[in-house]
Amino acid sequence: MSSDTLVKVRGLKIGATVYPPDAAPHDIDIVHGVDFELERGKVLGLIGESGAGKSTIGLATMAYGRGGVKITGGEVWINGRDILKSRLRDVRRLRGGEVTYVSQSAAASFNPAKKIMDQVVEASVEHGKFSRRKAEKRAVELFRKLGLPEPDKIGNRYPHQVSGGQLQRCMTALALCPEPELVVFDEPTTALDVTTQIDVLMAIKEAIRDTGVAAIYITHDLAVVAQVSDDIMVLKMGEKVEYGTAEQIINAPREEYTKALVSVRSIEHEEKVPSPEPVLRCQNITARYTGTNFDVLHNVSVDLSPGQTLAVVGESGSGKSTLARVITGLLPPSTGRIEFAGRTLAPDLPSRSREDLRELQMIYQMADVAMNPRQTVGTIIGRPLEFYFGMRGEKKRKRIQELLDQIEMGAGFIDRYPAELSGGQKQRVCIARALAADPKLIICDEVTSALDPLVADGILKLLLNLQKVENVAYLFITHDLATVRAIADSIAVMYQGKVVRYGTKSEVMSPPFDDYTDLLLSSVPEMKLGWLEEVIANRKMESAGN
Amino acid sequence: MIKTIPMAAAVGLFFTILYFLMAILAPWIAPYGVAEVVGDVWEPSSADYWLGTDNIGRDLLTRMIYGGRTTIFIATVATFISFTTGSILGFLAAVMGGWVDQVLSRFVDLIMSIPPLIFALVVLSVMPVTVPVLVLVMGFLDSTRVFRLSRAVAADINVMDFVEAAKLRGEGRGWVIFREILPNALSPLVAEMGLRFIFMVLFISTLSFLGLGIQPPAADWGGIVKENADGINYGIGAALYPAIAIATLAISVNLVADWILNRTTSLKGGRG
Repeated sequence: MSSDTLVKVRGLKIGATVYPPDAAPHDIDIVHGVDFELERGKVLGLIGESGAGKSTIGLATMAYGRGGVKITGGEVWINGRDILKSRLRDVRRLRGGEVTYVSQSAAASFNPAKKIMDQVVEASVEHGKFSRRKAEKRAVELFRKLGLPEPDKIGNRYPHQVSGGQLQRCMTALALCPEPELVVFDEPTTALDVTTQIDVLMAIKEAIRDTGVAAIYITHDLAVVAQVSDDIMVLKMGEKVEYGTAEQIINAPREEYTKALVSVRSIEHEEKVPSPEPVLRCQNITARYTGTNFDVLHNVSVDLSPGQTLAVVGESGSGKSTLARVITGLLPPSTGRIEFAGRTLAPDLPSRSREDLRELQMIYQMADVAMNPRQTVGTIIGRPLEFYFGMRGEKKRKRIQELLDQIEMGAGFIDRYPAELSGGQKQRVCIARALAADPKLIICDEVTSALDPLVADGILKLLLNLQKVENVAYLFITHDLATVRAIADSIAVMYQGKVVRYGTKSEVMSPPFDDYTDLLLSSVPEMKLGWLEEVIANRKMESAGN
Repeated sequence: MIKTIPMAAAVGLFFTILYFLMAILAPWIAPYGVAEVVGDVWEPSSADYWLGTDNIGRDLLTRMIYGGRTTIFIATVATFISFTTGSILGFLAAVMGGWVDQVLSRFVDLIMSIPPLIFALVVLSVMPVTVPVLVLVMGFLDSTRVFRLSRAVAADINVMDFVEAAKLRGEGRGWVIFREILPNALSPLVAEMGLRFIFMVLFISTLSFLGLGIQPPAADWGGIVKENADGINYGIGAALYPAIAIATLAISVNLVADWILNRTTSLKGGRG
């Protein structure tokens, strides 16, 4: 152990008790003997899919197990002490003092009833590191360093009075305030828009460099972790897959799994020529929610050709989901008309014909709330068959089987409940439910953004294949430009309720760009080192989060 | 399911089943007739009269068994009425929204602003006190609370994507309420049912104690307390038996309801 080593983890084993629905509770291992070391001032990236044990390992450096998770073996040395053998009193001094934590959702982690400053200085004061006045001074310094607006005053605001990106930076300030030795960042930018993510990422990176703190950076996005880390450890199912410098992992991955992660988002899709007779034509749509006095959509016009994909891209609040609600009839537009398959759609849902409803299906972002938890896969997929085509009994069951085959899931799933499926499988069942109606158009609302990258890739490939076979058109709502590149034929970029750029994929993706499209395109993390600095240096426009 | 039942729930289940069985089998297990005067006033317990006799010499055990039958029967039917009206109207208000929701909710607020016991006393003093009237009045008054609960639960579920998916499919209100919302609202409602049942037991007992419930010579637990209340002055504990019965039934049913709630709380099915 060299004098510079801050963290040394040896054979870390972590277990938990599970409660399966039809069996007795039993213990399982979720981390199987992981080793790593971290020097002062260095950043270690932990990367893996959900369930890989990243967060669990991160929290173990504070000798903490979340919700029933127990550390069952191994050693965690921080500053020359094995904290797993320390008394609770010493561990308490460590947590929030020597080792601090930045969680994924700042909005859920801040106490909404207390001012930001009170929360930022709390740990420093409680641990006796600084006096209240000194801690506040340091907090203001950190606010400034993290690029927050009005660093002198922002501490007087309540958490809901700042934006998501700003709050995430406040939490970073909170973690850095007591001058910790180690900060654990647990997916700090995952919940943010791409254009905001990049600012937060840069702020975190600079703050780490300036304060000389060591950090563990946890994320599922390899491109992001490559920007901030010195070393990267790839995890899968609680086991180490590969451990090396960031450069080696990105440029010369050794393991198959790492290679797959590096080459994720590399689906290529030949763009089709738009046909003169679109399946969906939105003309000058303006819409607002009842009880508000501003338009969420201004004069939106887009076309979508049969069997093709139109990607609607934008940040949260740009109006892309509202456009979907207008097309489905959930929100009647105040002006404008929608033509679908050659006929004009009624503006509101109740006055649409069953045929209109059948031919226009929707897939949601969160597959687990898009399916009734009390219905089996068979019922979920079978209901549209029954409802639109009057299928019953054996005929219906056979068609369900076919659909399950189409989404690459076996017949064994027919009697399962959604809770018994993985995230990717749930989304597949939702796709099958949409397909069951034999639609002409499927609206896909952020269908891959809640999924791990490899799983998301699988879903995109499936959607592309289905499009070839069924000739169905997709209106693909997303904030992720990598997804757009993979799947779109034409693109509409939305910003503050307006379509700012619209055309075929090649038109939209080639220069000259308008400022917003440029910002959006450049903000998508790329799988190369030094990308972050490059982008920040070349930016023309501030992101909306500031 | 039975194997993993916790101790408390098992005890609760045992007493609940015991009371219900006694209620159903009353005419066969009761040693004497319900209004039959068999002995002296307030005889102590003996081999002939296990719990002794009441204020006019009827066998107290027989009165207790028949009383339980009446009390449990009325509470069950009233709970049923309260749940069917309350939950259907509550779901309807949540799903339809708009003026339907406003009218129903404000009407329920109005009813709830009047204390139920006072309301029941007023209604029962102008109407004939018969079992159907009692059951209807109790069920109706109590359905306001079920309405509130089911409306709140359904409003939560109503905004979930799977309900929206059903609406986009073109499903009617019946499907949305009974197939999408009801199965997911069941566990809080079942747990509430246990609680409401107990309130019904207390309610009918209170009414009988005040003389506006079950009319003599029929027995019910509240009535038995009333008939034997004077005995307490002379150190005779006959009035305590129905009190104990009410208490044990209340605790038992609640233990069972807690267990059901625990088992089925999560929306994701099973325990999670």
